[in-house]
Amino acid sequence: MSVIVFVEIDNQQYKKSSLEAICYGKKIAQTMGISCIALSLDTLSDTATLGTYGADRVISLSHNAAFTSDNSAQLLADACKQLSAQIVVVSNTYTGKSLAPRLAVALDASLATNVISLPDTNGGFKVKRGVFSGKAFAYTDLSKNTKVLAITPNTFDIDNSGSSATVETLVVSAEASKISIDKSDKEMGKVPLTEAEIVVSAGRGLKGPENWNLIEELADLMGAATACSKPVSDMGWRPHAEHVGQTGITIKPNLYVAIGISGAIQHLAGVSSSKTIVAINKDPEAPFFKAADYGIVGDAFEIIPQLIHALKN
Amino acid sequence: MKVLVCMSVVPDTTTKITFTENNTHFNKDGVQFIINPYDELAITRGLELAEANSGSVTVVHVGPAENEASIRKALSMGVTDAIRIDALAIDAQFVAEQIAEIAHGYDLILTGRESIDYNGGAVCGLLGALLNIPSANVVTEINYADGTFSFTRDIDGGREMLSCKGPVVASAQKDLCEPRIPNMRGIMAARTKPLQVLPPKDLINASQVSSYESPAPKSGVKLIDPSNAQELIHILRNELKVI
Ligand SMILES: Cc1cc2nc3c(=O)[nH]c(=O)nc-3n(C[C@H](O)[C@H](O)[C@H](O)COP(=O)(O)OP(=O)(O)OC[C@H]3O[C@@H](n4cnc5c(N)ncnc54)[C@H](O)[C@@H]3O)c2cc1C
Ligand SMILES: Nc1ncnc2c1ncn2[C@@H]1O[C@H](COP(=O)(O)O)[C@@H](O)[C@H]1O
Repeated sequence: MSVIVFVEIDNQQYKKSSLEAICYGKKIAQTMGISCIALSLDTLSDTATLGTYGADRVISLSHNAAFTSDNSAQLLADACKQLSAQIVVVSNTYTGKSLAPRLAVALDASLATNVISLPDTNGGFKVKRGVFSGKAFAYTDLSKNTKVLAITPNTFDIDNSGSSATVETLVVSAEASKISIDKSDKEMGKVPLTEAEIVVSAGRGLKGPENWNLIEELADLMGAATACSKPVSDMGWRPHAEHVGQTGITIKPNLYVAIGISGAIQHLAGVSSSKTIVAINKDPEAPFFKAADYGIVGDAFEIIPQLIHALKN
Repeated sequence: MKVLVCMSVVPDTTTKITFTENNTHFNKDGVQFIINPYDELAITRGLELAEANSGSVTVVHVGPAENEASIRKALSMGVTDAIRIDALAIDAQFVAEQIAEIAHGYDLILTGRESIDYNGGAVCGLLGALLNIPSANVVTEINYADGTFSFTRDIDGGREMLSCKGPVVASAQKDLCEPRIPNMRGIMAARTKPLQVLPPKDLINASQVSSYESPAPKSGVKLIDPSNAQELIHILRNELKVI
């Protein structure tokens, strides 16, 4: 029996969300008295460092398959079967979420996505999930023997215990993929919104796309990803991938800075789980101030330059 | 081209989410239900593709009879016919297994990126695996030419272009299209379009919600003097240590 953690690699590095997943997997493995195995489809030279985060074994899969969802899921499922997986942990990223359902079917497992708690294993297996796009949580009992959990990034701490792991290779196979990847465009070095620790977001109060240089400069200085409200992406001021809220992306950064966003219920739904929320709005009655920890009532075009100035010092 | 669109029915986005019976049930009192916004996109793009390739669009919904008003709305958008599987949707796995029973014979199956109530984001991948066909998650573009579907999908930090032959299942993301608004003719026609009700397949649950919880309210905003905005940076840096 084992807890298997699927590790993602981006830009020749293990993703932070994957390190969180290993620490999460390790805690479950300890409670259940089984081992924690980190699995990756790719190999990095510093594989062993995953051990320091809690993996007992680190396994790279040896295969000659494409990285499509059907293919990768089959490879992982093969590995999970060979390693007697009881719990499979992935990150709730686009990659994780495209694999988790296919894995759950292949392993005849219960599936839970948006998981934000360690399982309660007293007399069952219960996890807390985000539902209603951030407006509520659901305690969900998973009943099948095997479980696939997709855990929300920025929710679990990373601790480096300094322990070590064995490093192995496992041969796995999959059918030929029925879908092909023709092209892949990635903005290098940019943290995806769902995994960002800090997000600077702006709304219609910014007046037009030409003013986003201010937002970008502020975000760069804070090491933040940028986001926006729905009308801003609807009008094409910003790409749709930046749209947060109930009908956009749900995020959970440590810090969310909302500038010139009124704070409509649909917007708040997607961001209210952020640990600290700052609202900057010229209208003291803006609903966002009710959802924020810190607020500045003022004109964005006066406030942002002050913030930029302060950050540069 | 035969298109199947999986449609969920969800509380209107302005709904304040509350619970009853000791937080074990969602409080439907006074709540208005709508077609899941992403599923409206799936329906619309499904219709566009079917129209361009002399095809048809079937909508399938797993849910109770009270959701038929939303199914009629889908029919009024131009959908050819509908299937309702008469069961309460327990979770994404239950839904996908029910739909898999009727999903054979379609070239393209569409879902939304996620349902805005359950947020599983899972039905697309589950169906792909159950039917042993490829799945493309979170797509912003779907095209069809010479028997091949091509997709653009969001990936972490970018996007990806995929292609394959049908059958294939894909989940709709914003930017796929503008949702179609039913016109009067569509609304009239929808009344008599076929809506088939099927009994559910017997299944053992993979999961079950035992209770719900609402987020803790914020304790109150601390206002910072706008003429001294750098105070914010000081707090973030030195007190909260988040930057
Ligand atoms: C079905 C549906 C789904 C939706 N889903 C989402 C969603 O997922 N995400 C989302 O964001 N919205 C969503 N909405 C839209 C939502 O209801 C609001 O309309 C939207 O969030 C408003 O965006 P905004 O705050 O940028 O613009 P506005 O509401 O126009 O607010 C602009 C704010 O900027 C302030 N302002 C103006 N000038 C300045 C200045 N110079 N300096 C500082 N502040 C200034 C104003 O006081 C105001 O509060 C949805 C709506 C519907 C109907
Ligand atoms: N009860 C349902 N009936 C039909 N389709 C559904 C149902 N629930 C979810 N779906 C489909 O699956 C998608 C993703 O849902 P979910 O996995 O719940 O986030 C939705 O956008 C719908 O297309």
